[in-house]
Order: sequence, then structure tokens, then C-alpha cells
Amino acid sequence: MTPIESEITALKKEVVSMWVLVQSQLNKAKEAMVSFDKDLAREVLIKEKRVNSFELKIDRDCENILALHCPVAVDLRFILAALKINSNLERIGDIAAGIALFIIESSVNFDQAAMESTSLLRMYDEAINILSDTRTAFEKEDTVLARSIFKRDDVLDDINENAPATIGAVIKADIDSVPEALYMLSVIRKLERVGDQSKNIAEEIIFYIEAKVLKHLESSKKKFEGEE
Amino acid sequence: MEHTVISATKFNAWFGDNHVVKDVSIGIEKNQVIAVMGPSGCGKTTFLRCINRMHELIPGATGKGSLKLYDDEIYNMNPIYVRYKIGMVFQRPNPFPNLSIYDNVVAGYKLNGLKVAKAEQDNIVEKSLTSAALWNEVKDSLHKKGTFLSGGQQQRLCIARAIAMEPEVILFDEPTSALDPISTASVETLFHELKENYTLIIVTHNMQQAARVSDKTAFFYMGELVEFDDTKTMFTSPTDTRTQNYITGRFS
Repeated sequence: MTPIESEITALKKEVVSMWVLVQSQLNKAKEAMVSFDKDLAREVLIKEKRVNSFELKIDRDCENILALHCPVAVDLRFILAALKINSNLERIGDIAAGIALFIIESSVNFDQAAMESTSLLRMYDEAINILSDTRTAFEKEDTVLARSIFKRDDVLDDINENAPATIGAVIKADIDSVPEALYMLSVIRKLERVGDQSKNIAEEIIFYIEAKVLKHLESSKKKFEGEE
Repeated sequence: MEHTVISATKFNAWFGDNHVVKDVSIGIEKNQVIAVMGPSGCGKTTFLRCINRMHELIPGATGKGSLKLYDDEIYNMNPIYVRYKIGMVFQRPNPFPNLSIYDNVVAGYKLNGLKVAKAEQDNIVEKSLTSAALWNEVKDSLHKKGTFLSGGQQQRLCIARAIAMEPEVILFDEPTSALDPISTASVETLFHELKENYTLIIVTHNMQQAARVSDKTAFFYMGELVEFDDTKTMFTSPTDTRTQNYITGRFS
């Protein structure tokens, strides 16, 4: 293995470790939301510092590889992708911490039936699955799986678009549930961002493996771009 | 094409029975800097030396196929004239040790018995040394020997010597491999200035140098031209796996 290959292998491991932590943060924030567990929510906030440390470490590693190894072609694309994936993962970490903070601030737990009727739980599960599959695509360099993320994000977008109506219905049914309903709306908005961040990550995976830029293309074009 | 200075079509070269350049086809446009890279023994220097007919100076060395300077077949031209029009700078600076800086610049004229008036010679020397970014450093010591200069200055003197013949193309065979980083930087800066008036073809093993100085890059492997494209493309998303493996250091 050449020195730059060793560096890139180590960097990839680092990114995957950060990914695992961010997924765990998102999972724990969900668990804290469902079981209204404020202690678990606090744990998510504390561990957010570890996510931030990962971000700084990966940034520094990328900087060192650029300065010391002058990567080109697929190596250069990997470093550029790793920098952006790092940034996207850190934002997903922020989202998990944001959801945890809602749990800490909320005086009442989220109603199970309301979480079902607004599709919040389904959305949360899909967001976690999307993030997990994006990681698999990254680890296995699987651009078919990466491309599937664009379509699956539509599910999150639909739930988010319907949120004013579904949340409105929750409020109409019980006017006292306004604070809790607004928290739920905020969580839905945040989960929609998880989908967007995952989509950005999928674009970076395709960029580094296939040297194709899919940014700012419509979803349908992203799906077919480069498949010929 | 009007803008194509050097073109090769299915060009081949041999050392005896050893086929070292295989069916190379390439078009090099005017006022561009072309980097030629590839592992040792890939035929890049041989191809370079074919362009100004230096390859045939080696016993048993032959070339076949079409190789043109504009529309003229290089192998049908007078080799001396070819070398006026296609100058060459070598790996190690090689000013004539017994000649002054002044005489080194006009050596091409003198050695070929071309008579040039003194005033015209003065003009050629100043113009060539200025183009080679050396005039300000040597204008007060033109009659000192060229070998008193530093390595980087000597290499720029050799470039001035090539420029003095008013070539169309200048070939460089690893021109900075014997120079320190400061001298290398000054020669690389000079490439950028020279491309205003000349077409430069540079064989280099230094990939960062190829990336820094060239507009287009050619990758040779085992005598074949594997890939020739914009340098930006070659160093970000090369098409051929062999190119990618070479530039990323994964070549076996």
C-alpha cells in the first residue's frame, strides 16, 4: 500500500466512525423522544461534543493529506468528498442534538397517537435508514445504493409537505397540545434536513467514485445520470 | 488545421528491432504547454527526440509514420532546418563551456555559419536573454563564461540559446530535474511567459510540475500514447485506468 493509500484508508475509517456516532445520536434522540427520556436526551447533547471533535479531526486530516501527498484523480476526489461528507455529518449531529434539546425543553411528552397520525415515527425511521444505507454505499463504494437515496428522500419530503395539515389536525383535536405539536413540527422539519444532508452525501459518493457531478440536477436526472 | 503546430499520425520509432513508440497519433496546438509523462522506458523521450529529428542520430534508430510541423512532413525536411524551428533544452544545463554568455546565445548562428551583423547579434542576444528572464541578471557580464552562472541561470541560458533561433516549438527533456526548487520555480514561471510566443513540449517525471505548468498532458505507457487531454481532466478524472494508476502512484 502506498503512503497515500494508507492515509486514505485511515481517513475512510475515521469518517465511518463519525458516521456510526452520528447514527447513534439520531437513534438515541428518537428513543428519548418516544420514551420522553430526558436523561438520554442529555446524553445526546453531551456526545455532540464528540461529533464536533470528529469534524475537526477529519478536517485536519484532509488538510494534511492535501498538503503532504498532493492527491490527484480519485484520491483528490475522495478527499474533497470526505471534507463535504464530514460537514454534512456534523450537521446531522446538530440535528440530533436539536431534537434532544426539544425533549429537554418540553414539559409534556409527545402523544403516541399524534406521532403516528403525523407520520413522525415513520419519517424518523426512514431518515435513520437512509443515513445508514448512505454509510453502506460509502463503505462499499456502491453507487447504485447511493442513487437510491435520491428517490427515498421523496418520502421524507412528502411527510414534511403534509406536516401543516397533520399537525393542524392534532391541534384541532386538542387545543392544549399546541406546544407539543409545535415541537413535533420542528422535529419533522429537522428530519427533512437529514434527508437533504443524506442526499448531499450520496452526491459526494457518486462524485468520488464516478467523477460525475450530480449537484443541482433534478431527482429524476440524478437517478439516470451516468447509468447509460 | 491552422492552429495545430505538431501532428503525428500513426507514428512509430525503433531502436534496431526494439519498437519503442507505437502508432502514436496526437495534435499539438500553437501556444500551448504540453506535458508528456509516463514511466521510464515508455517512449516519451524518444517521441520528443523524433519531433526534432534527434532520434535518428543514434545508430540503428528509425522512425516511420507521419510527423508534421504544420503541413510539412518533418522527415522530409532538412534536419538542420527542423532543429532551427524546433529547439530543444535538455535535462542538465549544457552551455558551451568555452563560450561567453553572449556567444552561447548566438551559438546556433555561428555553428551553422550564418552571418549576422554585430548590431543584429546584439539585438538577438538582448531579446533572447530577456525572453528567457535572464537579461537583468547577466547584462553586465555578457562576456563572462556561461558556466559561471548558477544551475538555474545556465538552464535559462540554454533556453535563450534555443529562443535565439526563433523556433516555433521548444522541446524540454526533464528541464528542471537537475535544478533546486528556487531555480525550478523560475524556469516554470518562464514556461508561462514563453507560451505567449512558442509552443512548449515538456517531458517530465514530476507530476506536480506537469499539473502546474501545462495546458494539456499526454500519458505514455509501453510506447503507446494512452491518454491525451486537458491537464485539469487528466489530474481530476482521467479516462484510462492506467493513467489513474500512474498519477496516483498505484502503478505496478
